[in-house]
Amino acid sequence: MSINVSGVNKKFDDFVALDNVSVDLPTGQLTALLGPSGGGKSTLLRIIAGLEDADSGTVTIEGNEATHLPPQKRNVGFVFQHYAAFKHMSVAKNVAFGLEIRKRSKADTQKRVAELLELVHLSQFGHRLPSQLSGGQRQRMALARALAVEPTVLLLDEPFGALDAKVRKELRDWLRRLHDEVHVTTVFVTHDQEEALEVADEIVVINEGRIEQIGTPDELYDQPASDFVMSFLGPVTTLDGKLVRPHDIDVHTRPEDGTGKKGRISRLLRVGFEVRLTVSLEEVGHPDVEVTVTRANQRHLGLEEGLPVWISATNEAALEPSVQAAQA
Amino acid sequence: MAAVGIAAPGSSRKRRARGRRSLSAGSGLALGATMIWFSLLVLIPLAAVLISAADLGVGGFWDVVTQPQTLAALRLTVVESLGVTVLNIVMGTALAWVLVRDRFWGKRLVDVVIDVPFALPTIVAGLVLLSLYGPSSPLGLNIANTRIAVFLALAFVTLPFVVRTVQPVLESLERDVEEAAASLGASRLMTFRRVILPSLVPAIVAGAALAFARAISEYGSLVLLSGNLQYRTEVASVRIYGFNQDGNRASASAIAAILLVVALLVIVALDVIQRRLARRGD
Repeated sequence: MSINVSGVNKKFDDFVALDNVSVDLPTGQLTALLGPSGGGKSTLLRIIAGLEDADSGTVTIEGNEATHLPPQKRNVGFVFQHYAAFKHMSVAKNVAFGLEIRKRSKADTQKRVAELLELVHLSQFGHRLPSQLSGGQRQRMALARALAVEPTVLLLDEPFGALDAKVRKELRDWLRRLHDEVHVTTVFVTHDQEEALEVADEIVVINEGRIEQIGTPDELYDQPASDFVMSFLGPVTTLDGKLVRPHDIDVHTRPEDGTGKKGRISRLLRVGFEVRLTVSLEEVGHPDVEVTVTRANQRHLGLEEGLPVWISATNEAALEPSVQAAQA
Repeated sequence: MAAVGIAAPGSSRKRRARGRRSLSAGSGLALGATMIWFSLLVLIPLAAVLISAADLGVGGFWDVVTQPQTLAALRLTVVESLGVTVLNIVMGTALAWVLVRDRFWGKRLVDVVIDVPFALPTIVAGLVLLSLYGPSSPLGLNIANTRIAVFLALAFVTLPFVVRTVQPVLESLERDVEEAAASLGASRLMTFRRVILPSLVPAIVAGAALAFARAISEYGSLVLLSGNLQYRTEVASVRIYGFNQDGNRASASAIAAILLVVALLVIVALDVIQRRLARRGD
């Protein structure tokens, strides 16, 4: 186990940021800490880096007890949401910083900086100041700077949070490819479930200072352990008292085998390739059901507002109310 | 965001290019008004001082400036001002640091009181210093009529400059930059020297230039405590006052011209140092 966190508690005044958190993060993997803002995921990352002290509990990095080590001694690479660039230094000097602190020879440093700039596609920008780079380039520089010292683990705190949607997506793909190339144990914090599902090998869902579930993206999506995980990882709707994903509902325009519930399409909204339906059921007291179908499916069935339909849940991810109660 | 970052410099370059060719009516008027204001307040009086000094001719000018008493006053003024500037660079930065980074009881009060030496009429400051460190000092510290008195008065009135220029820059420094340095292995001292200090240098230099300019021109706060002894505690501004009282306006202007040159030299020197330091961090 590369990083072992055990029984960590952290309070800020009266606010409980982490409540008895224990987690093992395996070597060489890309792990996402996912959760809503203020849920404690950044605090956990900062405790692993030594930028914050835990009130109690232990942190072990690659078998070394690190709980009371200062950040300088942990050999951890950290990337911040707002880049934390050394503004008065050129890009190359930023990347070289950790190596110069470690008193590497000039030739060594230069060679390593050149390699890293190549790796993050900033070779032509070495002499520029960080202020002359775009946000995405600055974050790549920050990544190269963190990787320069060959850290045991690489920690990224909302690394793409300050970037616009398009650059965000590019960098996300790029981080995945970089990880496949470099293989350093990486942990990144995000509140964006799509980002976590797309990039991570393993996801740790954190909410209100506690770990809700740990698993691969597929496990989390298909077998959510709680109401919270299910609704945080994607859209949900309620059908027959069960939490169901809107795209896991079958729609028919005539009663098939008697299992479907009858209703009427009260609203139809097309968003790109998907069509979102709101179905009002005949059953008294049942809330409206949100259903998502593909554009092709909608055309095929001739779905439109006011049309009577029969809907039923497919047997994919659905959460029984009893399971929710047990989790709570 | 990237698009904005790229677009911004381009558009400003365009604006500058247009400005070089012609000014719009509004900005032409604004430029004219500021230049007239600046000329009336600064350029014309400065020119008048130089013209007045020129009445002496080169030989006369040289005689006034090389008088032993004048030379002593000029030397004292420049040396003590430089000393006070160095003191301010260190203490002003430290004070700003404490005010921004530390939490202590009465911090808000200290923050307000810092400006008092600047806001106080200088002659009042002189009275305060005289009653505290003069012959009837309640502290038993009598430094009246010594060069220490001059230094103390200068240190008193120049205190706020470096503090007030460094403070906002220090406040705007992002904490995550220091955390980044720490996670890369830099000790606190190294982080200060290599990351924080370079960001503060322009502010420190600006504050130091202001403090120096204030120090060489100081009169009111030191005139009571220093005793204005010839060859010992007489500063250049007192010397100017003396010449003027004797009806020797041209000699007074000659010293004024020298002070003007010294001020320019130091401000240029500080600017050069700042550029050097900025480049070294690169």
